Amino acid sequence: MTTIDTHPDDSVAAASAGGATVPSFFTAAGDWATTTDHKKIGRLSTGFGMLVLLAAAIVALLLDVERLGDPGAFIDTGAQLQLIQMYRIGLVVGGIAPLALGLAVAVVPLQLGARQIAFPRVALTGFYAWLGGTALVMVSLGLNGGAGGGDADMVDLFLTGLGLAILGLCATAGSLGTTILTTRAPGMTMRRMPVFAWSSLIGAIATLLVLPVLFGVLVYLYVDHRLGSQANFMGVEGIGAWIGWAFTVPTVIVFAIPAVGFAAEQFSVAFKTRQPMRGVLFAGIALIGVTAYAGATQQFVHDVTFDTSGETFIRGAAPFVLFSGLPLLGVTVVLLLALVNAKDGARNNPSVRAPFVFGVLGLLLVGAGIAANFVEGITDLELVDPATNTATSFEEGATLLVVYGAALALLGGLVYWAPKLWGRLLADKQVLPLALLGALGTVLAGAPLIVAGFLDQIGGYPASQAEVDRIMTVADDADIWITLSLVGQGIMVLTLLAFAGLLLKPSDGREVDANPYGGQTVEWGTPSPAPDHNYEHVATVASAEPLFAARTADTADTDTAADTEGSAQ
Amino acid sequence: MSAGPATVALPPAAPPAPRRQVLMGTALGCVAGTMLIGGMLAVWVLFRERVVDAGERFPLDYIIHEVATNVMLITLWALCLFAQWAVYAGNRGDRAHTALALGVTGIFALAYINAQAFVYAQMEVEIADEYYGALFYAMTGTMLAVVAIGLVYTVVAAFHSLSGRLRQTEVLSGLALYWYWTAAAYSAVWFVVYVTK
Repeated sequence: MTTIDTHPDDSVAAASAGGATVPSFFTAAGDWATTTDHKKIGRLSTGFGMLVLLAAAIVALLLDVERLGDPGAFIDTGAQLQLIQMYRIGLVVGGIAPLALGLAVAVVPLQLGARQIAFPRVALTGFYAWLGGTALVMVSLGLNGGAGGGDADMVDLFLTGLGLAILGLCATAGSLGTTILTTRAPGMTMRRMPVFAWSSLIGAIATLLVLPVLFGVLVYLYVDHRLGSQANFMGVEGIGAWIGWAFTVPTVIVFAIPAVGFAAEQFSVAFKTRQPMRGVLFAGIALIGVTAYAGATQQFVHDVTFDTSGETFIRGAAPFVLFSGLPLLGVTVVLLLALVNAKDGARNNPSVRAPFVFGVLGLLLVGAGIAANFVEGITDLELVDPATNTATSFEEGATLLVVYGAALALLGGLVYWAPKLWGRLLADKQVLPLALLGALGTVLAGAPLIVAGFLDQIGGYPASQAEVDRIMTVADDADIWITLSLVGQGIMVLTLLAFAGLLLKPSDGREVDANPYGGQTVEWGTPSPAPDHNYEHVATVASAEPLFAARTADTADTDTAADTEGSAQ
Repeated sequence: MSAGPATVALPPAAPPAPRRQVLMGTALGCVAGTMLIGGMLAVWVLFRERVVDAGERFPLDYIIHEVATNVMLITLWALCLFAQWAVYAGNRGDRAHTALALGVTGIFALAYINAQAFVYAQMEVEIADEYYGALFYAMTGTMLAVVAIGLVYTVVAAFHSLSGRLRQTEVLSGLALYWYWTAAAYSAVWFVVYVTK
């Protein structure tokens, strides 16, 4: 049996599908709703995550239109506070977090040579908790809730929904982390695991470090607002100040870590090389995880000024370098090793396919966002308005670069693993333009806001109507930059819509090769699409790039290939 | 049989060795819980600092019944001993001792909840108190929820272990780890909330 032979279970399924027992819509819906197949749970999570990300981009687009017109001309002034929160929460908790965790849940068990995810029902419950929580947050915001909201019950509902969504994300991250630590194939040591799986582990642990801190704050806020005196947390107007750190850099970088891992892995695939200095690459990705601590302690902003000397400077510089510098160092290491990889493989007739382009562009954009986060901490640049201690739009620009950049790389992940998840190969000519369009949209959405930050355009997560008024007021000479950002948001909306359309397009029914991209990790040894339990036999892994090693052996000695093939699957 | 790059196969392996998923999952849960309790204590300390810096007493009007809170601490650490006893007995296949250890573990968890209720009743903290009430109930309520989750975990572990899988002590080990972590977490809460005040 070869690795592209059909799994026996699939043969039965195919036979029944062709017969009279076509499952009804309700049977299929019930199967999806109660599934314990990690691939389906991951697809549900990424699908709904993309939907919320799309909604957030549309809301951002509308807000930019309003910002450029007369106040209240396009969107009622009273609704702007809630809409900005919809946008920021939709971007992070509603969008990039489930997208990153969902792709990891769908793919990582396959990459590990595992038949199932650990605690599949916890992962499914996590998805439902996130979905229900996100829905509650959006409903409460629609009914005058949220930070600074006017309806007390809806404010409570907002806090409850956000807490539920966070619990869901933590449950999914816990399931994912346990899977990576316990279900690797025999021989797959930590150093031999795929780069995407490693980055998913770092991302999952970072999620478990940062989101419970937000949950604890929400518990305080709920008790204080619902039952307490509202003296400590300044009532509804204090909520934004207490939770805003979770929807901006550096916290959002946590959810970009799997995207960085995917991009790094693509270099080995495209340039047909073994990953050089694998341990250093893993350390670089882990350094980005330091951002979890930066996020969790963001309420005590780590910044530095060069206008002092001696002890004062060191006191500011030490935490700044630790919390903002290490993630930047991490992404720099990843980029440098990617270049080394490209140099090593330049003679191997590189195969530049759509997933690689998505990954490279996403990595560069996330790197730019992390660099911007570093720059924001330099007090001398006055990127936080010293008069009101509120952030400028620089912060929003950096957040958009990280979130949209990571989303772009993760879309590349969906393209790359589409054969395993959907049994389809998305044509390069269809998805490559989307990669370029998405990158253009990300640059246009984020970079102009960074420039506008230097022009004192106010941004940030609003806590009150007064802050919303400042955010919605365009600073002198900032019109052009806000307009460009509006265009960028529009392009992102188009990109996400077109990508969703491609995924939802019915398959042409053609069989897909087991390894159409020349992947080197074990998931490419199982048929496309991957059967219910992934592998009939669990493979022994003796290399970090097992298929690369097997292919090299095949090239050197065709008899070796015949021997291994005879015993596979 | 020819094999192109896309059809290179891997040799099959022996079935994977049993992994300690429940223990690892519990450990990750404890990591998340540490950040939850640590974050909440950090907020508590921040507010306490503000009140004390303003020259006021924290808390202003309430007397903390330290005997009850100290007993709660001792209860949780003693509970760890019984949870570890359950692991030991499970490893030896001793059903009676496992049942007894898990039963005592559950009773001690209930005793903690009872003691917390006693503290609430004695202190009579107003939840709408200017600055202390919401903080106090949020912090101690979260700790109460942590113990309640441990109680549910104990019941699940008892069903799992006493229904024929006695020697599969992974769940019992996970339970013991959870109670060790709970005791450590309460130690921090006890010190910050009830000792330093």
